[in-house]
Amino acid sequence: MNLTLHVWRQKGPQDKGKLETYPAKDVSSDMSFLEMLDEVNDKLIKEGKDPIAFDHDCREGICGMCSSVVNGRPHGHQEKTTVCQLHMRQFEDGADIVVEPWLAKAFPIQKDLIVDRSALDVIMQAGGYTSCHTGGVVDANSLLIPKPVADFSMDAAECIGCGACIAACPNSSAMLFTSAKVAQLAVLPQGKAEAKDRVLEMTKAMLDEGFGNCTNHYECQEACPKGISVKFIATLNREYLKSFT
Amino acid sequence: MAVTGFMLVCFISVHLLGNLSVFFGVDAINIYAEKLHSLGPVVWIFRMAILLLFAVHITFGIQLTVENSSASPEAYAIKKRLKTTFAAESMIYTGLIILVFLLYHLLHFTVHVVHTDAVSAVQTLVNGRPDVFTMIGKSFNNAFISIVYVIAMCALFLHLSHGLQSFIQTFGLNNGKTQDIVAGIGKLAAIFYGLAYIAIPLAFLFHIVKI
Ligand code: HEM
Ligand code: SF4
Ligand code: FES
Repeated sequence: MNLTLHVWRQKGPQDKGKLETYPAKDVSSDMSFLEMLDEVNDKLIKEGKDPIAFDHDCREGICGMCSSVVNGRPHGHQEKTTVCQLHMRQFEDGADIVVEPWLAKAFPIQKDLIVDRSALDVIMQAGGYTSCHTGGVVDANSLLIPKPVADFSMDAAECIGCGACIAACPNSSAMLFTSAKVAQLAVLPQGKAEAKDRVLEMTKAMLDEGFGNCTNHYECQEACPKGISVKFIATLNREYLKSFT
Repeated sequence: MAVTGFMLVCFISVHLLGNLSVFFGVDAINIYAEKLHSLGPVVWIFRMAILLLFAVHITFGIQLTVENSSASPEAYAIKKRLKTTFAAESMIYTGLIILVFLLYHLLHFTVHVVHTDAVSAVQTLVNGRPDVFTMIGKSFNNAFISIVYVIAMCALFLHLSHGLQSFIQTFGLNNGKTQDIVAGIGKLAAIFYGLAYIAIPLAFLFHIVKI
């Protein structure tokens, strides 16, 4: 396959940045999107040019590190797929592909496609945990949790913290991410004790970090590579209201 | 937003019920208007409360829009719309159209300072009551006035088609199963409000209801 890439290039946080065009020749359709970028980078390095900087780690769709907006969709157009698991067979030969970083005030661009997502860590540190004494291992089945509750929590816990929801949101709101983190603990006995403080602290941290407010566009749910549902946002809102009672 | 939005929906529901009485002859709406006015101070308390609601809703709406656009200062070279709607993206604009309309509407039917030839009908008594029916009818026989009302009610329809399902979600009353149903019912209800309000000017304009 032969493709034309239009990639966001930005030297550093203060630089203006702009889209630059690169040819990607003889691309195998079995490559992942990131492998395709690797090959383009090899060529750039051989030519003595600065390679395209992008984030990645596991390359198997579980770590949440990769982060690019491909042709106007965070992680590209394939549903429930991270950009590291997006394969070139999803594109047509001769296609033009625009690659941009996550854009949000709370995610300052570091270089090219790399953005600083530590704002999400700040939200986690504000309450995305349970405080408990870690003693010996608890006996299995000593704390029974109904299957639907466990499933609900596990569905929320699928969030890999990639930030695609924020990249997709017209308001750059981190509501889907935050709601997944609030909801996964709110329904479990271990999480209930601190539920009130958690929801207040985490939503406060979210706004303090410069994310926008949720106005229910639901773009996040469509962009999320893990299919996190906006039902968790309703759960967060419910937890928020409950915290005043 | 959601609390004031919901209260405004309650207001437009009651207001609509009152207004639809034009379809039940001259006396129906005149009696309704007379009853309303006979409440004296209570009407004024309600008017003030509704104005306050609007003021809070609009202030929060503008603040929300400003905050959200400052949270997302940069635009993508290409951005695909995945799930959101035109209605959701234009909330602030449809809101502002409703605000301008609201001021015009108050000047028209409450303060009686615009379209004075039509609204002067309210000075005459029919069966011993101020003739609100003819005031409305004469106004809406004027194509310009009717069109202004119809446009404003289209804006209201758009505002509600996002807003109704939005406040259910904001109040946390949704779950995975109800999500799409609530969105559907919200749109249907918005269509109902829009059509019901639009029916009033059009009924007079096309002489389906005669004065
Ligand atoms: C009859 C009048 C109105 C009704 C019934 C109404 C109703 C609503 C409802 C139900 C919501 C959703 C609340 C939520 O879920 O958070 C909403 C949101 C909103 N309204 Fe209104 N509204 C009215 C007039 C106005 C006016 C005059 C403005 C003027 C600027 C306005 C601006 C907004 C904005 C900016 C939002 C939030 C947008 C968003 O969720 O994306 N509204 N309204
Ligand atoms: S909710 Fe989805 S899109 Fe958002 S951070 Fe988690 S995995 Fe990524
Ligand atoms: S690199 Fe780990 S999810 Fe894509």
